[in-house]
Amino acid sequence: MSDRIFRVNMTDLSTRTEDIPDRWAGLGGRGLTSHVVAEEVPPVCHPLGPDNRLVFAPGLLSGTAAANSGRLSCGAKSPLTGTIKESNAGGMAAQMLARLGCRALIIEGKPEGDTWYCLHFSREGIEIREETELAGKGNFAVVETVAERLGKHLGVITIGQAGEMLLLAANISVKDPEGKLRSHGRGGLGAVMGSKRLKFIAIDASGCSVDLADPDCFREASRAFAKALVENPISQALGKYGTNILVNIVNEAGALPTRNFQSGQFEDHEKISGETMHDMIRERGGRVKHNCHPGCVIQCSQVFNDRKGKYLTSGFEYESIWAMGADCCVADLDLIAEADHVMDDIGIDTIETSVAFGVAMEAGGLEFGDGKGMLRILKEDVAKGTPLGRIIGCGAGHTGRAFGVTRVPVVKNQAIPAYDPRSVKGIGITYATSTMGADHTIGYTIATNLLNSGGHVDPLSKEGQVELSRNLQIATAAVDSTGMCIFVAFAGLDDEKCLPALVDMINARFGTALTLDDVMGLGRRILMTERDFNLKAGFTSAHDRLPEFFSKEPLPPHNAIWDFTGEEIDSFWDF
Amino acid sequence: MWVRVKLFGGLREGRFTVKDIETCRTATVNDIVEKLGIESQEVGVTMINSRHCSMGCTLNNGDQVAIFPMIGGG
Ligand code: SF4
Repeated sequence: MSDRIFRVNMTDLSTRTEDIPDRWAGLGGRGLTSHVVAEEVPPVCHPLGPDNRLVFAPGLLSGTAAANSGRLSCGAKSPLTGTIKESNAGGMAAQMLARLGCRALIIEGKPEGDTWYCLHFSREGIEIREETELAGKGNFAVVETVAERLGKHLGVITIGQAGEMLLLAANISVKDPEGKLRSHGRGGLGAVMGSKRLKFIAIDASGCSVDLADPDCFREASRAFAKALVENPISQALGKYGTNILVNIVNEAGALPTRNFQSGQFEDHEKISGETMHDMIRERGGRVKHNCHPGCVIQCSQVFNDRKGKYLTSGFEYESIWAMGADCCVADLDLIAEADHVMDDIGIDTIETSVAFGVAMEAGGLEFGDGKGMLRILKEDVAKGTPLGRIIGCGAGHTGRAFGVTRVPVVKNQAIPAYDPRSVKGIGITYATSTMGADHTIGYTIATNLLNSGGHVDPLSKEGQVELSRNLQIATAAVDSTGMCIFVAFAGLDDEKCLPALVDMINARFGTALTLDDVMGLGRRILMTERDFNLKAGFTSAHDRLPEFFSKEPLPPHNAIWDFTGEEIDSFWDF
Repeated sequence: MWVRVKLFGGLREGRFTVKDIETCRTATVNDIVEKLGIESQEVGVTMINSRHCSMGCTLNNGDQVAIFPMIGGG
């Protein structure tokens, strides 16, 4: 079936579909969510009011047989940052939405009253239903109940208690092939979904598939693309160790933020490292490799069991482990895994929430290293919405303000993730200039600064960092529009056959004749569109700055400080 | 002279995590890699005292050398 735009109006509980307007024709994923938000959301609106819109868009290649193409983009004005926001996640939903011919699902308005709703999306269209049973429940209960009610094969997009309570760190979860969860983690998009009183979306794409303009060309390009991914040594390492292999290398480079960003090395790094985790998974009969959606050939995810061999968590990522581990000094992978599971269930961003705990620990509310205390607060306070739980659940910036802490690692109110910008200066440029607040995925200079992928740029020198971050941010915006997981970028940086094959697949899917330059041009256009929204929302270059403490407090072991001038940072936008 | 060698990821298999190794005064990172029977194409990143270095860098007594395979994440 031909692709369309689906709209759900939560004010009058109506739905409608539209043809894709010409100006959105070549857009998918982040390219589409950001254009819809920029065109339809008043930049100065309250993010939790009726004028904000929540937009889901599968990537251009989602739903096809292209490897790693099942990422779903979700966009809105962020309640955490006040900027435009796109966050993408794996799971089954992108492929199913694409097969239903849905290029974008736009949720508008906001109902009166306190009724909760859910959507049932199938080839018959979208039905809005009232939901009572699952209100107040966690994400795992939602996934299980939907499977009982409607069948195991359905896709599910859901919010937990955090989203219902409109906490600013609330995420949106997506069911994976095993009934576990992947998340649109950052920027508080779960609160936007909660503000529209939407508890979950069930998706049934039985019997539907995506049309290809040129199936033969597609098959050929898709084979070349998958080969480039599978043969890449970094892809292989991701499959073996997951992203948590980064703990030791980032620690060795002196860039592992520790004790709420007081040091760049954590003495217990081995206890939380990817190597240790790999051994624990094997000993306990978990799974070292696992995919977040069918068709992923890299498989960076894993299944982590407890001591008794019982499932504890999956998709156990470096950034989450760093945040609870080094940043809060909890040197216990079992405790971290349990907290990860609890946060998945409540539906709250592990990075934002754990960095908030680090800030709270600095304030003295909890000792550094008190993992049990963290777990208790998550279950007793955050999940139940006590005043303390609401403060932490609204993120690091909020927690810092509530407790009078000055060392608060945020940019545009979003927590800085797992790489200290003093010791990896390229990522500092990304945090400062990102259109969405501090975010590592949006221009992952770590690849070149620390991992020697795409060459090497000295992490401690200022030279070349602005250009590196700019090139990566442009390329990432383009890749985020295709539905590809960002880990295809390693093969993209190091294998010259990879990106041309990606462009060939897009052309074979839509019957277009795009070049790699056109696709990169799309990346530029997306960044400019996002920035323009932020400028209209009142952001200026003064917001593209890191917190003061990074310039004042040298970070051991290199005793590095953040030393970019405002002018140097602003030159990022010269393109 | 002595240097402390740290290995990571798959390079630890059949070898070690950290070990002090005696070398000649002109030893390079590459010499250590060869001595440990690691293929050079297996090596992704090397650091001396937490600074990235090339395989040809010479070592000094007491240096810490970290050798990583190709790895990724994010
Ligand atoms: S590499 Fe990891 S994040 Fe990417 S699609 Fe596969 S499992 Fe998901």
